[in-house]
Amino acid sequence: MRYVLNRLLFLVVSIWAAITLNFILPRLMPGNPAAIMMAKFQGRMPPQALHALEIEMGMASDKPMIVQYFDYLRSMVTGHLGLSYTFYPTPVSAIIRQSLPWTIGLLGVAWLVAVVLGTLAGIWIAWRRGSKADAILPIGTMFFQSIPGFWLGLILLYFAGFLHNWFPTAHAYGDDVTPGFNGRFILSVLYHGFLPFLVVFLGSVSGWIVGMRNNMIMTLGEDYVVFAEAKGIPTRRLIFAYAARNALLPQVTSIAIALSTIIGGQILIEQVFSYPGIGYQLTNAVTSEDYPLIQGMFLIIAVATLVINFIVDMIYGRLDPRARRRGATS
Amino acid sequence: MSSRIAAKVQEAAGPLDRQDKVRRRSIFSAFIRDPKALTGLIIFSVFVLVGIFAPLIAPYDPHASTFMPSQPPSWQHLFGTTNTGQDIFSQFVWGTRTSLSVGVGAAVVSTLIAFLIGVYAGLKGGWVDAVLNALCNIFLVLPGLALLILIESYLKNTTPVLNGLIIALTGWAWGARVFRSVTLSLANRDFVLAAKLSGAGSLRIMFAEILPNMVSIIAGNLIYSCLGAILAESGLAYLGFEDVASDSWGTILMWAQNGAALMIGAWWWFVPPGLAIALVCTSLTLMNFAVDQIANPRLRVKRRARKTHVLEGGLQHAAQS
Repeated sequence: MRYVLNRLLFLVVSIWAAITLNFILPRLMPGNPAAIMMAKFQGRMPPQALHALEIEMGMASDKPMIVQYFDYLRSMVTGHLGLSYTFYPTPVSAIIRQSLPWTIGLLGVAWLVAVVLGTLAGIWIAWRRGSKADAILPIGTMFFQSIPGFWLGLILLYFAGFLHNWFPTAHAYGDDVTPGFNGRFILSVLYHGFLPFLVVFLGSVSGWIVGMRNNMIMTLGEDYVVFAEAKGIPTRRLIFAYAARNALLPQVTSIAIALSTIIGGQILIEQVFSYPGIGYQLTNAVTSEDYPLIQGMFLIIAVATLVINFIVDMIYGRLDPRARRRGATS
Repeated sequence: MSSRIAAKVQEAAGPLDRQDKVRRRSIFSAFIRDPKALTGLIIFSVFVLVGIFAPLIAPYDPHASTFMPSQPPSWQHLFGTTNTGQDIFSQFVWGTRTSLSVGVGAAVVSTLIAFLIGVYAGLKGGWVDAVLNALCNIFLVLPGLALLILIESYLKNTTPVLNGLIIALTGWAWGARVFRSVTLSLANRDFVLAAKLSGAGSLRIMFAEILPNMVSIIAGNLIYSCLGAILAESGLAYLGFEDVASDSWGTILMWAQNGAALMIGAWWWFVPPGLAIALVCTSLTLMNFAVDQIANPRLRVKRRARKTHVLEGGLQHAAQS
């Protein structure tokens, strides 16, 4: 219970840190970007909207900074993320609702497949130490991990999209289908999602293979595994019930570490494929200087990352009683 | 991850009794003898040389748009020309200099920050440690590229140098965490206590006592941060968040994207810079593999073979089937 509370506290503190960054950054930057932007939007927006913006960007000088800060915190916590300029007067939260499913769908599927396949492959090559597969798989997939994901995306897009027309070159589904739960729409989504899926998968699978291989090698060297082997435990049982079980633990923690990288990669990949997710919206918002949208997108990415981290911590606590007892050092 | 840290801790705590010099030389020779590391080192060195001698290698001014536009590779233009008639090979060579300096510079700065924060937290303990550790954990879980983009959105058209600095300032957390846990295992060793008792200051203990005992971990962190910084910088530049007049590999890719290189089939425009990033990152990963193996001897092949050997052949059979 103490462990859960501890992690929960960390979750709250880190979300607070993300919100605070959103508040502080525009006020720290040289040249006062907020003022420049306000001038740009003068006359293009109703006065109330301008005033709301002033409060958001800290331009309303009638209130002291600390009051502004608590106003800002309150509106963020209650989910009032402001209105987008480019899609005025659409609230930022509506745009998030629109684009979040695409990101979660693409990232979630690609990532899950990478974790499962990568971990299984890692178990396999660790057991077949020094075999051909052990030599080829880590190096081969590592090459894909070293390739910047967005560039791999560009190459695939050029080759399979523009050169051969095998796959569509942009968007999440075709113009000729109606969104909804029907076969043609789902097929179109899968068809459009395949190339980005491949890029995310290839970019992340190597880490899981190499990580699991190294963990497996550690546990395979443990005395209890050697003893079980000597006792004549069937190979399959030895691998999965004895060695892999314990080798999995560090993998669970790696999930949390890999998350930040994979989400960053996702932003770039969505841009390459014009895939209408959070990352695509974020980069477009930067280009059009849509600050409420930028802040909202950053916040949702941060909160999603932090919540997944929290879930991973909870799973880890269940898997490893030592973590629970030790409290929250890791 | 915890096991990785544990292994590194073990390594650092290991052969302290041997003389420093001997150990450092053996680390270096182990590094050179490893074929992976050597390959990585050679590839990386080639790029470093290209970067250093960029003014001599680049045949033209990278910004001069005085050539025939959209030409495929030829002897005059090794990597062809852009749609505005710029020589891509010259841009590439200058880009090597920019991208590598940003990578190496950011790696040095972020490792230094990581070292100062991590080791100081580990040495001091108490509330200093608690605060620094919490800060480190927050930076660790905040999504890096999204944070970089957020910062970029306020700073318009940043130079590569500024980008490298931002990358370093946001990317030190992983290193700090590793350094901290190594320090925790060293903080109560006799030589640290002796230094403390003899009145050495924190900085002196950090650099004179702790640092020599984690050379390979620092090397690993430098390589790892360099890789991350090169990827991050090229990503930012590709998204167009860097000064569009800068010479970096990411900027070339950004121009290729904007110049519709994919649609007009100008593969020579977007293949070289991406391939170079991939090659540099592969070389860094190869070197990191070797450093990991030096830091963690268990990962070296043969260990398991030796263990099963003790149990004799029958088991070897079981392992094969």
